[in-house]
Amino acid sequence: MIYREAGQFKSTYATDQAIFPIIQDRVVVLGAVVAAFLVPPLLGSEYWLQAVLIPFLVYALAALGLNLLTGYAGQLSLGTGGFMAVGAYSAFKLSTAFPWLNIILVFLLSGVIAALVGIVFGIPSLRIKGFYLAVATLASQFFLIWLFNKVPWFVNYASSGTITAPGRTVLGIVVTGPNATASARYVVALSFVVVFALLAKNLVRGRVGRAWMAIRDRDIAAEIIGVRPLRTKLLAFAISSFYCGIAGAELVFLFLGSAETLAFDITQSFLVLFMVIVGGLGSVLGSILGAAFIIVVPIFLTNVPHTLGIALSVAILKQLELMVFGGLILFFLIVEPHGLARLWQIGKEKLRLWPFPH
Amino acid sequence: MDLLNAVLVAPFADIVSNPRFFAEVLIGGVAAGLMYSLVALGFVLIFKASGVFNFAQGVMVLFAALNLVGLMDLGVPVPVALVLTMAIMVALAFAIERVVLRPLVNQEHIILFMATIGLNFFLEGFGEMLWGANVKKLDVGIPDRSFLVSGIQINQLELSAAVTAGVLVAVLAVFFQRTRIGRALRAVADDHEAALSLGIPLKTIWVVVWAVAGLVAIVAGIMWGAKSGVQFSLSLIALKALPVLILGGFTSVPGAIVGGLIIGVGEKIGEVYWGPLVGGAIENWFAYVVALAFLVFRPQGLFGERIIERV
Repeated sequence: MIYREAGQFKSTYATDQAIFPIIQDRVVVLGAVVAAFLVPPLLGSEYWLQAVLIPFLVYALAALGLNLLTGYAGQLSLGTGGFMAVGAYSAFKLSTAFPWLNIILVFLLSGVIAALVGIVFGIPSLRIKGFYLAVATLASQFFLIWLFNKVPWFVNYASSGTITAPGRTVLGIVVTGPNATASARYVVALSFVVVFALLAKNLVRGRVGRAWMAIRDRDIAAEIIGVRPLRTKLLAFAISSFYCGIAGAELVFLFLGSAETLAFDITQSFLVLFMVIVGGLGSVLGSILGAAFIIVVPIFLTNVPHTLGIALSVAILKQLELMVFGGLILFFLIVEPHGLARLWQIGKEKLRLWPFPH
Repeated sequence: MDLLNAVLVAPFADIVSNPRFFAEVLIGGVAAGLMYSLVALGFVLIFKASGVFNFAQGVMVLFAALNLVGLMDLGVPVPVALVLTMAIMVALAFAIERVVLRPLVNQEHIILFMATIGLNFFLEGFGEMLWGANVKKLDVGIPDRSFLVSGIQINQLELSAAVTAGVLVAVLAVFFQRTRIGRALRAVADDHEAALSLGIPLKTIWVVVWAVAGLVAIVAGIMWGAKSGVQFSLSLIALKALPVLILGGFTSVPGAIVGGLIIGVGEKIGEVYWGPLVGGAIENWFAYVVALAFLVFRPQGLFGERIIERV
């Protein structure tokens, strides 16, 4: 009753193949995007923008990237942190070497560099599959972090070994560096997520996405029907790393401000993997929901005992967080392997049938 | 020319000119490699018997060591603490079978793998919450003195690790090849459904294999703990067992040992002789890159079963 598509007829292929064929969906998504652009910058406090929403958007982009690789193309990767580091360090190098370059362009270029690195580390995927590949991607994680740690050129020979985001403007508004307002950073991060989520959605509906899913579901059969495995897998690695690279650049430029290699260690890779699992493997919406969920859990854990008047030490909270994350992964894999995205889908089905369940 | 010299000539000249030092590096590598093998053994056991790639093996080592140390700190005598820890690991195996594995029967392998990642984080948080996160010293009475054999230092602890690893492998080999339950384990690994239809109880088999892996984790935990103390980084060191595995093959017990030795020795020699050229600290990724390069030529590892794919 609430959610009804009856009577919405499609008479052209274009309308039938639209991303959101149902008018309610279109309205809700459009409304959500507009609200996301307007409400938080106007009403949100500095804390909410800086500590919750910006990291959520940054990780949503990274989760999107990993989901394209793991959820759609079926190549399990534990090297996300490494690719994010590539993006961050390229953005730093580009923005300091070419100060006149627009920062948006810098982000995109660092994505391209991360994509190239992704291709290099994706090459073994032709011969290595499944677990072997997952372990092999750990090689990229450790190697890249070591490289950024050891070669002083990457940090412009700074003795501290940290990279710091310089202040840059877009259309006359400072969006990065210490002088940028949280709202400005938020809008930049949101624009990236909106644009790239839409791109991803279109990508997975088309030829490329279908080839990825064919490879994921049964690679030999895919090869027989004419999907070229090397090209398809490398493209998945490239595009996934492109997303992760931009997310890494944003992590330093929009969220942290300055960072060491420690910010991109293996726990980052796992965090993004958790977002993908909890959100739903093979779902664009799931990546975003998963990122929101994983960002909110620690905040929830910190605040709830506090408001209940239970004082927990930082160490206990950290351990509790690990346990909750681990437990959630198990819970979702067992109870709802398709993650939050599937729950959302079930909810929509129910609303469609409401109040008659059958 | 200088570079070529530094890469291809100088390290070998060093080796020849100071063979005693080289021997010590070699022994250090063997000892480290055996430690990795002990962790890798647990992985192999579970993979061989149930096809589950257990990412949590490293944390199981940490968890076992934490329990042992924690109990000993409470004043429990060593043998009793050991028995209690064994009981805990067996109970853990039961819990894992009941809570994690049983609902996930027939799921894809990659799903089970991700479930063990979840298990990994849960156990890590749980173990530290129980026993605290600070570094603890584990002393179960293994002598830790060095002695000289023709001018080369040998550590007693490393020696006992080597002996332990050897004994473990022998016992496990007999267990897998000669006992009834070992045969059942192999049958389950080959084909869950076929094994079930022959009357092999899948649940029992899974509990047995996770319990055995837990016991191996205790041994590894004791060795690691005695060497470097019981602390969180133990589970990170266990990540080193992964390249050992892909080098040796996921299904081979001897592969875990040989892989461990290759990685351990290669890593130490690489670090000492070639590391300084690129700024050192290459131990973190060297093993992975060696394993990766190796995989491109032999995707199933040294002793792994060849993966035959049919359409």
